[in-house]
Parts: sequence; C-alpha cells; structure tokens
Amino acid sequence: MRQTEIAVVGAGPAGLSAALAAASCGARVTLIDREDRLGGQLVKQTHKFFGSQKQRAGIRGIAIGTDLADRAMSDPNIDVMLECTALAYYSDNVLTLEQREKYIKMKAQRLVVTTGASEKMLPFPNNDLPGIYGAGAVQTLMNVHGVKPGQRVLMIGAGNIGLIVSYQLLQAGVGVAAVVEALPRIGGYAVHASKIRRMGVPILTSHSVKEAHGKDVLEGATVWRIGPDWQGIPGTEKYIECDVMCLAVGLSPLTELLWQAGCEMKYVGALGGHVAIHDDNLETTAKGVFVAGDASGVEEASSAMVGGRLAGYSAAASLGRCPDFQQKKAEALEQLSELRAGPTGEKIRKGLMALRGEAS
Amino acid sequence: MRIEQHPILTFPERKKVTIYFEGRPIEAREGEPIASALHAAGIRVLRWSTEMNRPRGFFCAIGNCSSCLMEVDGVPNVRVCVEKVRDGMVVKQQKGKGVPPAVGGDEG
Repeated sequence: MRQTEIAVVGAGPAGLSAALAAASCGARVTLIDREDRLGGQLVKQTHKFFGSQKQRAGIRGIAIGTDLADRAMSDPNIDVMLECTALAYYSDNVLTLEQREKYIKMKAQRLVVTTGASEKMLPFPNNDLPGIYGAGAVQTLMNVHGVKPGQRVLMIGAGNIGLIVSYQLLQAGVGVAAVVEALPRIGGYAVHASKIRRMGVPILTSHSVKEAHGKDVLEGATVWRIGPDWQGIPGTEKYIECDVMCLAVGLSPLTELLWQAGCEMKYVGALGGHVAIHDDNLETTAKGVFVAGDASGVEEASSAMVGGRLAGYSAAASLGRCPDFQQKKAEALEQLSELRAGPTGEKIRKGLMALRGEAS
Repeated sequence: MRIEQHPILTFPERKKVTIYFEGRPIEAREGEPIASALHAAGIRVLRWSTEMNRPRGFFCAIGNCSSCLMEVDGVPNVRVCVEKVRDGMVVKQQKGKGVPPAVGGDEG
C-alpha cells in the first residue's frame, strides 16, 4: 500500500495552499486532483483579486493559480496525483482512490479535504432546459475553452459572481440582456455593477424568474417583480429573449468525502449548506481530518488560500512537523479576520458563528 | 461559436480533430472536452432524461452535476463536460440509464 503523511484532496486555491504549507514544514504531502492540471477553478478567474497585498490583490486569479501550481509541482515534498478521484477515507487512515480506471489504496496519516463547491439550482418551470447553465460553467466554457455560451444571456444573481461573469461575457463579445436579482439591492461590489451598467446592461432588483421557455433549448424567459414576501407579483411579467440563462445564485460545499469519513455535519445556510463542524485549527470531529476552502463553508478564493495554509500547518503540527505553529496560526487567523471584516464579510461571520454555536 | 478576439485571454491554435455526433462529423480542438466542441458546433441537447424524456444539456461544466451524460464510443454515462475529445470519437445522445461497462484493474 502507498504511504503518505498528509493527503490533500482537491488542488484549487485551498488545497494548493494547504499542500505548500505542510510541505514547507517538512511533511510528506500527496496532492490529489481529479483534473489533469492543478489550480481548480482559478483557471477561469480572469478578473483581478481584491483584498490586501498579502492576499495578492490586483493579480488575476489565473496567474495566482499558475504560480501556486508551479510551486507545488517543483516542491520535493509534494507528490502530485492528477486525474485521480478520492473515493473514501477509513478510520484506519486508508484513503481509496481511482486514477485512470485503477483502484489505489493509500495510508494517509492526515487528510485535508479541499474539494470546493458546486453551483446551486433555482426552482422554476423548465429550469432543466439546455441553455440554462451555472455561472461557473459559462466561465469555464468561454475563459478556459474559448467557446461562446450563446448570443444573448440572461444573468440571474447580482452578487459578485453574477456581475463579474456578466462583464466577462461582454468581454467575450456575448450580449447580456439583463441581470436579475431577487434582493432589493445589488449584492456585489458597486465597481462591478457600474462597469456593466455603463455598457448598457440593466440590473433588475426585486425580480425573479417566473419560467423559462423553449422547445428543446432555451429561447426566452419570463421574469417578474417579487414582493417583500418573495412571491411574484402578477401583472409585472416581462418576457426576455435569451438563448442562455446563467445562474449565479450561490454555491454549496462539496462534502461527500467528509460525510463518508464520519465528520459531524451541520446545515448552515450562510455557509452554503451542510458543512463539517471544525475547530479553529480547521480540524473536523473526525480526528486527523481537516477541511478548508469552500468545502468548509462557501466564501471566496482569497480566504480559501489563507484557510488552506492554516489547515496545512495544522495537519503538519499534529504530526510534530511545525515547531512555530502557534505563530503561523495566529498570522493566518488575523488575515482571515481582515478578509471577513466589514459589511461584505457579515454573511460568513454569521455563518461561522452559527457553525460554532452548537459545536461547543 | 469560438471566441475570436478577447481583451485578456489568448487561445492558442490547437490541432483540429474530428468527432462524430449522431453520425455527423464535428470539428473539435485537441485537448478540449466533448461538451465544448459540441457547444461550439451549436449542439446543446446532450441527452434525454431517464423518466420524463426531457432534453438535457450540461449545467456545471466541471464534472460535478452529471447533467451531461452521453454515450461515448459505446460507453454510457460519460461526463462529456470533462471527457476530452479524441480523433474519431463516436458520441451519441444518451437515452435512458445505459449499461455500465466492466470496471478497470486493481492496485494496492
């Protein structure tokens, strides 16, 4: 059976940061990803990041992903396993994997789960028509594969993802019919909203999708105004012609491995769904299993990188590999609280409080 | 439709390969997933749902949601949003659940 000290599952911003942190302490790390490249969803982030210099503000997500991936590939303490899917982690520390149709068993003394998140659906009639895609899917199609998703897109959700992807669609030469937002206000940063408004895209707040239309593929959608009770108001319907509808209505943590590994889970709406209860070392209730990034509660890439680092140091410290752990932990926690400060961090702060409230 | 010009990204020239969708030749670019090649050719209906026989396309495009399952070279339930094209590949809209192929080898 293969052996490793720390297995990291998922090589996006959190997993790469966890692997690099643990490896810098001298731990043997195996970094596992189902794709044939490292970087996770950073590969489609063409926009420049926010935050402070410490979190690489002003640098495009793609460039951050490439830099972290290059460092992980050349790190002598990190073994990279690509096109490899983690299947299960058992109480005797055996991690099972599938790689290119081969079944592999690996003894991993510690496990860091950084599996990310998946996009949420929205319930309305005909929401399964081809042409209705997650916002991240549209980003992947155009920013990674260079294919236009369609001619005219209706964007659902005016949070940062909805606004940024709308702008990226315009950059790729695709029309955006409108951005529809259920809340009475725009959730994302004003700078993104202003950019797309200047390019002539209306943002319809207090609106939602009544239904989608089309025979075999999407041809249009009816949107309507919604009241404070979240119900549609008859008589306010508007038909919008579109061949793509993009759902940017949030993400849910990808937690299958955590459930399977026996972690105690809790539903926290503000964190995107079920998350593993964890302490401030990011260790779950399953001893030796750590979690970071969107899998620990949906946030964004900057905090995923800091959280990943903390999880990597914690896992290494639990093996006696990180002598200055307390200092490294304090630094990471300070950066996380900076990133979560102010009104934009309110949701995640509430979510983490709810997670901890019943954890103790 | 392929993106011709982009203010930030450049898409390097890639070797062209041919895949067959329901018998029809489709031009694809080496290294891209099947769903991307089909979408560029205007094909959005990838399968018909198992119970209601409704048309389905992809949804997440990164291998999470299983909305895009197709029959590829005779193997059903292939996630075409992450499965890369190979020259001469035969791709069909999936109807029903399909019969799983035999599993691969063992190591360990």
